[in-house]
Amino acid sequence: MTHIMEIDGIEVTFSEGETILEIAQRHQKEIPTLCYDPRLEPFGGCRLCIVELEGARNPVTSCTTKATAGMVVRTTTDTIEAYRKTLLEMVVSENREVDVSPLRGYASGELADLRDKYSTNGTSITGATSGTSKTDDDNPFILRDYELCISCYRCVRVCAEQEGDHAINIMNRGFHTQITTEFNGLLKDSACTFCGQCIQTCPTGALGDKKALRAADEVVDTIPDKTRTICPYCGVGCSVDILTKDDKIVGIHPAMDGPANQGALCVKGQFAYDFVQHPDRLKTPLIRGTDGELHEATWDEALNKAADGFRKVNAEHGRHSIYGIASGRAPSEAAYLMQKFIRAGFGTNYIDNCSRA
Amino acid sequence: MSNPLVDMQKPDVIFCIGTNMTECHPVAATGLKKAIARGAKLIVADPRRIGLAEMSHLYLPLRVGSDTALLLGMAHVIAREGLIDEDFIENRTTGFDEFFEHISQWTPEWAETITGVPAKDIETAAIWYGSTNKGAIYYTLGITEHICGVENVQSLCNIALMTGNVGREGTGINPMRGQNNIQGAGDSGALPNNYPGFQSVTDPKHQTKFKAEYGREIDLEKGITKVTALELCGESIHAMLIDGENTLLSDPDREHCEHALRALDHLVVVDIFLTETAKLADVVLPATAWGETDGVCTNTERRVQRVRAAVPPPGVAKPDWWIICQIAQRLRFEGFDYHEPKPIFNELCRVSPIYAGLDWDRIEKGEYQWPVPHKGHPGTPMLHEEEFVNGRGIFSNVHYRDPAETISDEFPVWLTTGRRLESYHTRTQTGRAQGIDYLLPEESLEINPADLERWELTDGEWCKMSSARGSINIKVKATNRSPRGTVFASFSFADVPVNLLTGSGYDPVTHTAELKVCPVRLEPL
Repeated sequence: MTHIMEIDGIEVTFSEGETILEIAQRHQKEIPTLCYDPRLEPFGGCRLCIVELEGARNPVTSCTTKATAGMVVRTTTDTIEAYRKTLLEMVVSENREVDVSPLRGYASGELADLRDKYSTNGTSITGATSGTSKTDDDNPFILRDYELCISCYRCVRVCAEQEGDHAINIMNRGFHTQITTEFNGLLKDSACTFCGQCIQTCPTGALGDKKALRAADEVVDTIPDKTRTICPYCGVGCSVDILTKDDKIVGIHPAMDGPANQGALCVKGQFAYDFVQHPDRLKTPLIRGTDGELHEATWDEALNKAADGFRKVNAEHGRHSIYGIASGRAPSEAAYLMQKFIRAGFGTNYIDNCSRA
Repeated sequence: MSNPLVDMQKPDVIFCIGTNMTECHPVAATGLKKAIARGAKLIVADPRRIGLAEMSHLYLPLRVGSDTALLLGMAHVIAREGLIDEDFIENRTTGFDEFFEHISQWTPEWAETITGVPAKDIETAAIWYGSTNKGAIYYTLGITEHICGVENVQSLCNIALMTGNVGREGTGINPMRGQNNIQGAGDSGALPNNYPGFQSVTDPKHQTKFKAEYGREIDLEKGITKVTALELCGESIHAMLIDGENTLLSDPDREHCEHALRALDHLVVVDIFLTETAKLADVVLPATAWGETDGVCTNTERRVQRVRAAVPPPGVAKPDWWIICQIAQRLRFEGFDYHEPKPIFNELCRVSPIYAGLDWDRIEKGEYQWPVPHKGHPGTPMLHEEEFVNGRGIFSNVHYRDPAETISDEFPVWLTTGRRLESYHTRTQTGRAQGIDYLLPEESLEINPADLERWELTDGEWCKMSSARGSINIKVKATNRSPRGTVFASFSFADVPVNLLTGSGYDPVTHTAELKVCPVRLEPL
């Protein structure tokens, strides 16, 4: 059932259960948010998404307020913008730094972007800061730089709601608020599975991808190139973006719109990509020599030897002496041509793939 | 999977059997966690107290290899309690009367004697699954890697058919595929019994089609499976082309496998690393890896998705398709004149009815799940909605069989194998990823703490584990994840080659190895 409401003087339709923020975003209204992740339950913590609602005494948070028929909402008045700027100044004033490497995580530039949009540097407010970075956590994947934490709890919520692991939670209150594991220990000793979802939803880079930061050696201030592909591990088929800098893979971002994963990944998909550019990779063809060892060869030498071997075995033992095993890891073009090689080439069905083991 | 991945949030009763999903398909498992948070009930049947078991509302710790008995017992209870879906059985299935007769003898009390699961828990599981309109089954290799893998799957189909838990949202029989393109490899026809698109090689219609397509006579009978081919190496099989598989570590009975590959006159291996298998080859051809290759993969929910190159390959490595074409052209085979992957995929679509509505450009965003029978068809997220591929769902009057080898005085412990969250297969990839060692530095044998004394073992010390095929040394780790009398190890680490021990038997139909059951003996070192 659809209803009608008014946003910034325009009548819009919506369905039961939609929030003001969702409807406004659908109509290209730019409402700032920091604690909002569309995959998570509305939280209303950062208050940046406040809007004026006719008849309400105070502004309301649009992420938590469900629309009702006949509502009249203004998203960008001078008063609202002034509130937002003050809120942002308070947030910015608390953090050691706001400009972080885009390699820290998918959303790590959100706070800096809003600071720029609202032209605030946080210097009008001085005082206490919050968050203590967890420098003793020597895990190789997740940087826990809580001095940049703004207590939006996106990490805690993504861990609980999306990943279902409940590995991290909130300790203390106010300026002493701290994201922590049970008994304030290392992630390794908690329920954390190192899926990296917390890194990717963090809007300030308080949680960062240590591996990407290492891979880049130094600060990469420009956004790396992204190539959309599918994770190379299990059969779920999660969509990822490979981050590259000068032909080097520097990290992985989950694709928030990936049809199979909607932004989720596991430790392998998130962090186990660097086998690709490992020094152990085969770089040239190899041929077994008369000394019994494998030696480097040109493509022509190796392909001729490969073909000659099949020709010889075919001549000596017949076409049923040749067998093909296709990969469950290479793309379908490889599997298709493997079976075509056997069927169109030798006229047999002596072909299989690795699914029986 | 019969149902799409998004469906995993929707069942009211979830039955997971033989799947360690939180470790092997972690992102899929997040869907189940959401369903549970919503109030769904989770039943987990697994010999080991895995992560899913910890989350479950009912845990059925069955003895390894006893799945068919458990499922027969559940079918008995579903029938006895009148929880069958009569309309569904009447309209969509065949053979129920005989099946009804068949299961009357397989009581939960009988199943308890085989599985070790209390009869009352089998009853509860059956009643939960039988009473819901949204019951979904998820399974993995814990069901199929047995000599009775086919009976196990048929048993799952039986309980789904009798309760009508098929073809609707939040239901279905859902196998989780283990490799990024293992579904695509089968779709593409890399099977001894099927042409591309699962068109049987013994069907005259398909024979005629591919004879015309490939311009030559092709055998009218099925080929042999990889398992049979490895057995025949040196006898009637003399040359192999292996693309991207570390056969030596991933397959059972490593010694037999190594012996087989060494007996070949000619072995060509295409891979990205010099794997244990590649080291045996006469010719090793360097392939481009993930991130360097453009192509198409199909996931476990039959979703056809593009993979894309982001970086150039090392040295002179080339895509697999290019390598195969080059060998084929040198053998003067017709039809290998491709210069890019796009026309290869489009040819696969043209010859495969399940891909007929697809082409390279159409799958840009990955929104199609096969079958896509014609252009303009939206794809098929859910199978079996109106009817089954073969018409009616068939009840199978299965019988329980013991594993190929059972425990004895000589080999008194059950070994079962699998994967772990942080490592993948034979670690050619994860073993070369920085940081993974921090979480999983080495393999260890998971054994129940109460069993340590019995076998004179010490937690953290090494032991010798032997089967009828060989022995390996492995470090002992005491954990309640393993039940008494059953131990677990992954096959991922080359220095602890667990597949030296496995290989007791194969499913006679699928030739899938019984990697999940292997009687062993444990001794201190």
